[in-house]
Amino acid sequence: MSGAPPADPVASAISSAFRDERPIVLATLIRQAGDFQLAEDAVQDAFEAAVKQWPRDGIPANPGAWLVTIARRRAIDRLRRDRSIRDRAERLADLERVEPEPPEASIEGEPAIVDDRLRLIFTCCHPALDLSARVALTLRALGGLTTGEIARAFLIAEPTMGKRIVRAKRKIADAGIPYRVPSDEDLPDRLRGVLRVVYLIFNEGYAAAEGDRLVRGDLCDEAIRLGELLARLMPDDADVWGLLAMMLLHDARRAARVNATGEYVALQEQDRSLWDQGRIRSGLASLERAVRGQRPGEYQLQAAITALQMQAQEGEATDWAQIADLYGALSALNPSPVVELNRAVAVGLASGPAAGLEQLEPLLGDAALERYQPLHAAHADLLNRAGDAGAAAQAYERAIALTANAVERAELERRLAALR
Amino acid sequence: MSQYMLLVYEEEVEPAVQAEREAGLPELVDLNRSLREAGLLVGVQRLRTTDSATSVRRRDGQTEIVDGPFAATKERLAGYYVLECADLDEALKQAERLPMTEWGTVEVRPVMPVDEWLRRGREAGADVPDEAVEDLA
Repeated sequence: MSGAPPADPVASAISSAFRDERPIVLATLIRQAGDFQLAEDAVQDAFEAAVKQWPRDGIPANPGAWLVTIARRRAIDRLRRDRSIRDRAERLADLERVEPEPPEASIEGEPAIVDDRLRLIFTCCHPALDLSARVALTLRALGGLTTGEIARAFLIAEPTMGKRIVRAKRKIADAGIPYRVPSDEDLPDRLRGVLRVVYLIFNEGYAAAEGDRLVRGDLCDEAIRLGELLARLMPDDADVWGLLAMMLLHDARRAARVNATGEYVALQEQDRSLWDQGRIRSGLASLERAVRGQRPGEYQLQAAITALQMQAQEGEATDWAQIADLYGALSALNPSPVVELNRAVAVGLASGPAAGLEQLEPLLGDAALERYQPLHAAHADLLNRAGDAGAAAQAYERAIALTANAVERAELERRLAALR
Repeated sequence: MSQYMLLVYEEEVEPAVQAEREAGLPELVDLNRSLREAGLLVGVQRLRTTDSATSVRRRDGQTEIVDGPFAATKERLAGYYVLECADLDEALKQAERLPMTEWGTVEVRPVMPVDEWLRRGREAGADVPDEAVEDLA
């Protein structure tokens, strides 16, 4: 799709294992080793071993199981070597007791593995960690994102993000933050923080800040899987269903958001036959479960906005006025400049570019959005529709300078060129 | 006889400077032994750094759990508990039960196990025997 020469199959197996298997391998190792940092170091060792051995011995039939086995051995080596690791003897005894999993065993989809990831997400989202650290750690551990990607997603410098993650892991060990699903009485509260994090993983996947692909479907799938898991665990929680509905409805449009040549396609221009009807049905069913809770939370509102956008038969017939109202309700519940931006876009579509610009202009002075590409892209679109080609061109240039995504860049450049 | 609590305050410093402090462990072992032999020592414990601290308070019936130490403004230290807990969740749950969380804040700090205290001293070059664990705390 990117037009790059075909990659070395071993290198691509390693990078796909890093993306897809690392969170599962890490979660398993944390359970077995009882220590986040030790597990992470051992998983890193296992990937280094893969880089050396796979080109020589071939790609194992089940890379995930291979990585778990090697990582466990490396964790044992590290414990034998490093006297400073806390509770060393106990950890060593636990690890040596673990039955080696047969290399052919499928590790994806096994209940025990799913539970490990759920435990890990509750550890990463523990309230004794700073919220920004919870998000970063979950993305790092369960989303398998690089520190650089996480830093960009949160508009902060990479070294700052690196320190935040290191500190969070140290706090888990030093303060004794447990590795388990919370007790029934603590679950509702603890779940709020988890949902927030799942939501952010989905967003990162839906509009990846880096690389050639507009949609990193694996991250969306991961977030949806986590959402489904949480829905099974907390079937009476309206917010879980609201979040799941929102993710499914967004994800249903995945194939239609990028055309055959890899360019971004706006919602109004999407080929609706490419929408995933199964995802839409599950999404609408989840939205119905959420509505039954009679307490519209922010995810449910977002799901309702998306459902409205998708249920309109033609782009023209979309009820933008109602969507603008729903964004207003969302903003009242959880004020955020990004929600205000979406509201301005909806107002622009409902009541014309002048009304949209009036809503959007206060956001241009918001320091948090200064480097936020979608703000400048939306500003440019509104200016263009209002007939101010000169100002629109400037705003497109600003947006282009801020995007790290090649597909988004191509679309913004196309719109800029169309002005001239 | 009356009991007195000696509260130790220090700046949390970079690892190289901290290592110099850790290297002074033999002096501390001797001091603590002399206090114990004099029948004065009730207890001594070292806390982990504030990086591992969590603050708990209750306002309007809502428990607030915040990462980090309590930043004192007008409040003053009023007392302490030492609890033996399975993990931080249990410690936080017990902290929440203290009525003082409704008007004050309870800072939950992990105690550093004495063998780790000893190990840190040794890593910084202090020459102390295993039995020093008994004298230290």
